[in-house]
Amino acid sequence: MAEESVVRQSAEELPKPKSPYKEFARKFLKRKAAVVSLIFIIVLALVAIFGPMVIRYNPNAADYTALLQGPSPKHIWGTDEFGRDVFARLIAGTRLSLSVALGSVVVGTAIGIILGLLAGFYGGIVDSIVMRGSDILFAFPDILLAIAIVAILGPGVINVVIAVAVFTVPSFARIIRSATLEVKEAPYVEVARSIGCTNSRILWKHIFPGTVQSMIVNFTMRIGTAILASSSLSFLGFGANVTEPDWGTMLSQGRNYLNTAPHMVLCPGLLIFLTVLAFNLLGDGLRDTLDPKIK
Amino acid sequence: MSETILEVKNLRTEFKREKSYVTAIHDVSFSLNKGEIVGLVGESGCGKSVTSMSIMRLLGDTSGKITNGEIRFKGRNLLDLSEREMQTIRGSRISMIFQDPMSSLNPPIRIEKQMIEAVRIHENCSKEQARKIAADMLHEVGIPDVENTLRSYPHQLSGGMCQRVMIAMAMACKPELLIADEPTTALDVTIQAQIMDLMKKIQKENGTTILLITHDLGVVAQMCSRVLVMYAGRIVEQADVHELFYNPKHPYTKGLIACVPKIGSDVRRLPSIPGSVPDLSVMPKGCKFAPRCQYASDRCLKGEPDLVLVDGRENHWIRCYLESKDQTM
Repeated sequence: MAEESVVRQSAEELPKPKSPYKEFARKFLKRKAAVVSLIFIIVLALVAIFGPMVIRYNPNAADYTALLQGPSPKHIWGTDEFGRDVFARLIAGTRLSLSVALGSVVVGTAIGIILGLLAGFYGGIVDSIVMRGSDILFAFPDILLAIAIVAILGPGVINVVIAVAVFTVPSFARIIRSATLEVKEAPYVEVARSIGCTNSRILWKHIFPGTVQSMIVNFTMRIGTAILASSSLSFLGFGANVTEPDWGTMLSQGRNYLNTAPHMVLCPGLLIFLTVLAFNLLGDGLRDTLDPKIK
Repeated sequence: MSETILEVKNLRTEFKREKSYVTAIHDVSFSLNKGEIVGLVGESGCGKSVTSMSIMRLLGDTSGKITNGEIRFKGRNLLDLSEREMQTIRGSRISMIFQDPMSSLNPPIRIEKQMIEAVRIHENCSKEQARKIAADMLHEVGIPDVENTLRSYPHQLSGGMCQRVMIAMAMACKPELLIADEPTTALDVTIQAQIMDLMKKIQKENGTTILLITHDLGVVAQMCSRVLVMYAGRIVEQADVHELFYNPKHPYTKGLIACVPKIGSDVRRLPSIPGSVPDLSVMPKGCKFAPRCQYASDRCLKGEPDLVLVDGRENHWIRCYLESKDQTM
């Protein structure tokens, strides 16, 4: 019995291909902080999608009989200065804050990937232009750059997305460029060329997949940064319309009632803090999981 | 006389090094006939791989440039073609297999997808048809579990399996010329023999011409019908395989053959050729092999011999003064 199995092994029989996803999940599940963060983010995403349909109160409905109330069974996280339910507003704000963050990072990443791939692959003048452009953007503090852009474009959700996207671009361009430089020397790229692939096919089908891993972590972390940045912009009054429920705006409005109704600041502040922390911890966990050197 | 598939004439390839150019391939000429396996042997750094890259015109990414010569593939000069035209030839008419099979396949892409791509670049067919061709090819190269292999990622296959996949991929469009650049160097000996047998079988069944680049003379003796010996970017000897092994003329070839260990011979030390391949930027003036050649005379140090026919032989060419007495200086 044992001998038979040895013989079959030697006859170049393949072991069943192990699913790389299962392997990934096994390693990821070992990182407790990252798992908790992921669960938190999933819950947040579900809240963002379904929350507004389930909540009891209209986030914009004023109730002048219950102004600046602390947490109570009726309003579990209290009410604001117009008697609007803070919990309802936070839930409605989740959708806005998350979609602004996600949207801006997706836009920024997409542009960063394209620029980085082109710069790394073609080199020369393309590389110089892209990299010097990134250097210039890097020279500004992120939030200052975003404020400047919103100041030029005017306040509004779309403009916040653009502003945050702009300062997301250079970091991705750099990461992708260096990954491209590495991958394009790989023998399989030469093979791709030897089977007659065109440049664009090589770039997108053969080099791009090899660079994805290097940016997953940055992508996750950047969402955290984007939430922080978009909330800051709202806090400063550059973001969403004041009447809209946005975490940053809520924080800004609550500031005036810090003494009388601290829950107005505490709740959105805590939510922003936890969300950013969750994205950062998830990014850390992913980095550890994806790094083949860490067991 | 059989049909000539590839004819390389006076090929010269140069590399830019800082400010100057160094010549990696100097005046290389040879031709390959339909259906033959020709060996290209030489030490590391003698220009074997650069020759193959030049034929495929894959030097684009490096600082290398073909500065002279012609590469005629079925009469068409490949050097006159545009990059786009070249792309239609690569992989369909001329294919290549590389040294390190493990890193020749793109790690995050399944075998299936890579093979289908190789087929669909050149053949106008659906994904299903391409997959069928890929599966047939894998079967042909002797992969036992085709379905499982197709769904695998490269790291899940052994080196021998990867090289089989590479061969299957290279042969998918039935090319007329296959350039094998040290296809077995990275594999262990038992797998080597299998891969060589496989290449021989492919050549027999499809009539593919194979240019086998190697530094293993044993492989050459077993596989090839003709041999080109390269040294320092030049062809120094060219002959039929029998002629070359039984009647080597160039001192370098003699040295190479002497270096092959033989079972049964009672030698304590393996013979070797003293010295190493000269640096491309500081080439000796005369015959490039002269500094390492035990027979070298003043004449060898002064001028470089041409590639000429050996006296009284039909297909034996040599670049050496010793054997071609009539050559004037």
